[in-house]
Amino acid sequence: MNRSTIDLWVGIFVAIGFGAILFLALKVGNLLTLDRAPGYHLEASFDNIGGLKLRAPVKAAGVVVGRVEAVRLDPKAYDAVVTMRVDRDYQFSKDTIAAINTSGLLGEVYIGLDAGGDPTMLKDGDRINKTQSAVVIEKLISQFLFEKASETGNAGGAAQAPPKSSGKAVEGAKK
Amino acid sequence: MSTEVAAGIAYWLRRLGGAVTGAVGQLGYASRFLLAVLWHTPDAFRRIHLTLREIYFAGVLSLVVILMSGLFVGMVLSLQGYETLKRYGADEQLGYVVALALVRELGPVIAGLLFASRAGSAITAEIGLMKTTEQLAAMEMMAVDPVARVVAPRFWGGVISMPLLAALFSAFGIFGGYIVGVRLIGIDSGAFWGQMHAGVDFWPDVTNGIIKSFAFGAAVSLIAVFEGYDAKPTAEGVASATTRTVVVSSLAILALDFVLTVFMFRGAKLV
Amino acid sequence: MSPTAKPSPSRAAESIAAWRVDPQVVAVELVDVSFSYDVRPVLRGITMTIPRGKIVAIMGGSGCGKTTILRLIGGQLRPQSGQVRVGGLSVPDLEPDALYDLRRKYGMLFQFGALFTDMSVFENIAFPMREHTELPEELIRDLVLMKLQAVGLRGAAYLMPAELSGGMARRVALARAIALDPMLVMYDEPFAGLDPISLGIIGQLIRRLNDALSITSVVVTHDVYESLKIVDYLYFVSEGRIVASGTPAEVRASSDPFVRQFVDGAPDGPVPFHYPASSYREELFADVD
Repeated sequence: MNRSTIDLWVGIFVAIGFGAILFLALKVGNLLTLDRAPGYHLEASFDNIGGLKLRAPVKAAGVVVGRVEAVRLDPKAYDAVVTMRVDRDYQFSKDTIAAINTSGLLGEVYIGLDAGGDPTMLKDGDRINKTQSAVVIEKLISQFLFEKASETGNAGGAAQAPPKSSGKAVEGAKK
Repeated sequence: MSTEVAAGIAYWLRRLGGAVTGAVGQLGYASRFLLAVLWHTPDAFRRIHLTLREIYFAGVLSLVVILMSGLFVGMVLSLQGYETLKRYGADEQLGYVVALALVRELGPVIAGLLFASRAGSAITAEIGLMKTTEQLAAMEMMAVDPVARVVAPRFWGGVISMPLLAALFSAFGIFGGYIVGVRLIGIDSGAFWGQMHAGVDFWPDVTNGIIKSFAFGAAVSLIAVFEGYDAKPTAEGVASATTRTVVVSSLAILALDFVLTVFMFRGAKLV
Repeated sequence: MSPTAKPSPSRAAESIAAWRVDPQVVAVELVDVSFSYDVRPVLRGITMTIPRGKIVAIMGGSGCGKTTILRLIGGQLRPQSGQVRVGGLSVPDLEPDALYDLRRKYGMLFQFGALFTDMSVFENIAFPMREHTELPEELIRDLVLMKLQAVGLRGAAYLMPAELSGGMARRVALARAIALDPMLVMYDEPFAGLDPISLGIIGQLIRRLNDALSITSVVVTHDVYESLKIVDYLYFVSEGRIVASGTPAEVRASSDPFVRQFVDGAPDGPVPFHYPASSYREELFADVD
């Protein structure tokens, strides 16, 4: 086995090895689509963010326009403050609604932006005032039962206290 | 307590103590050996053709095993994963599941185990045989340090080859998963790649997989060269050193995998 | 013809170079050397002198410490007591760099050749040249072919060690041992396991190379017949001590029981036939109780 043959094979090996790593990074993983593209930051507060995770998409009309960058708890108001980065190409009005949605029953959780008619646009660092928290299935069910119970109670008698909500939201079945 | 029982207990205590001190001594010797190998790293790279040769023998010659195994593992993952996911209506996530399992865990670990059995045992046998036939002693007497010339290139050849092999394993596994999932079972190709693409992050998934494979490569290579260098210079000595390499490397890979996974994925993707 | 050595400023190197110049400098000297592997004493109070330019044989039964002496001279082992001096330098006290320089002046022939099995014959002999000198490839090629010619194997230059017979492998190893024109060549059992023709060849090569290159040779062996033909002096080692010594003529005429047993190959004598055991009668009748 002379040197040049070995060099050739080692070269091929290293090349396809790096090719595999690149493949994993770009095609399998999402290295370049992590949008290192220029963007601006917006904040929004929610009562409950449900299963929203870091790097979750921010979509408008179903199109990904940004990513969730940070989430923290406001110690005074006890609600969740989400910081998101939006692509510079897209502008949203000041009365945009930010809602936490789930794509399908077990799909991923994302922030949906619903633009309004206000002529003023949100700038870097602005806060979205109108928000809609995640739908918590247990709360829905207990609400429903409570309403039903009130109806029958008003009609017939015994009112039932709404069952305690556990507060756990329906989370995207990603894991 | 009769003297016999006391003597018996003393005997076993002495053996236990001897075994413990022996094991600790081995560990110390192995650490010094690792330091010596690392010290000679510049030599391994100055005579780059030595290291290239070892990359050839450890990496290139392992390709067939690695690629075939990767393909089959990916195909099986896809098959098994589909059954379970379908039950929750999440069968579109198949690509994501297969890719994540391979890139994070199965790629580095299985490639590491295969590498240990194929390349690790070969390295141990080679060095052990050189020791038995006095080639290492001959080198020493010719004022050539065998650690620099024989051991360090093989160590670095293994360390460099492992991540590449693990990546190739994962890539071929994903391809195998695609063949079974999309072509055979009939999952939507767009969903397969799209969910995978969206869900598998370069950081931490792919990079942690790469870090793991580096760690495994270092562990296997070090164990292989150490066992070879330390082998008793007889036929049985080399044979037992070779089996020890495979066994200890495999255990080391699995133990390291656990430790690294705890550190890496403890806080991943949580809010 | 000495290949260009890498520049080396150590004192040891200068001292070693002095070998060629000063005929009074004794090549190798062991003074009251004792050595044990762990608790088992292998050498006890060995004193021997190997003069420059001579071939000296160290003889003894298997496992009596002959190879240990070579390792002490080569600096691979340190004696527990006594001195090992080569060219006036104390080998165990040398720093690694100085030991490195010293070893470049050694050649060693290992018991079964110890050729590097992954390289051809040519590459084996070129190995020390490539490692220790910066000679251009054309010059190395010429030197390798010359060394091979000296041992009669120039035609086998491109064979692999696995394709060589035992005798041929031994000769290639000899060519490799003299690749850098050493000052001292050590032979570890050069005659072991060879056919009669190869025995004669190796013996003659040892003698001729020693005289042609003005080197000093130490031959560790238990082959009496071949040794008596070529060496200048012999030392007999038994149980870690030197029990006899002399020139070939003295040895042939010696009446020392050990020497006589060794030279004549008698099964019993100072080295007993029976491994130490209890009384034969007692052991045979042991179960008749």
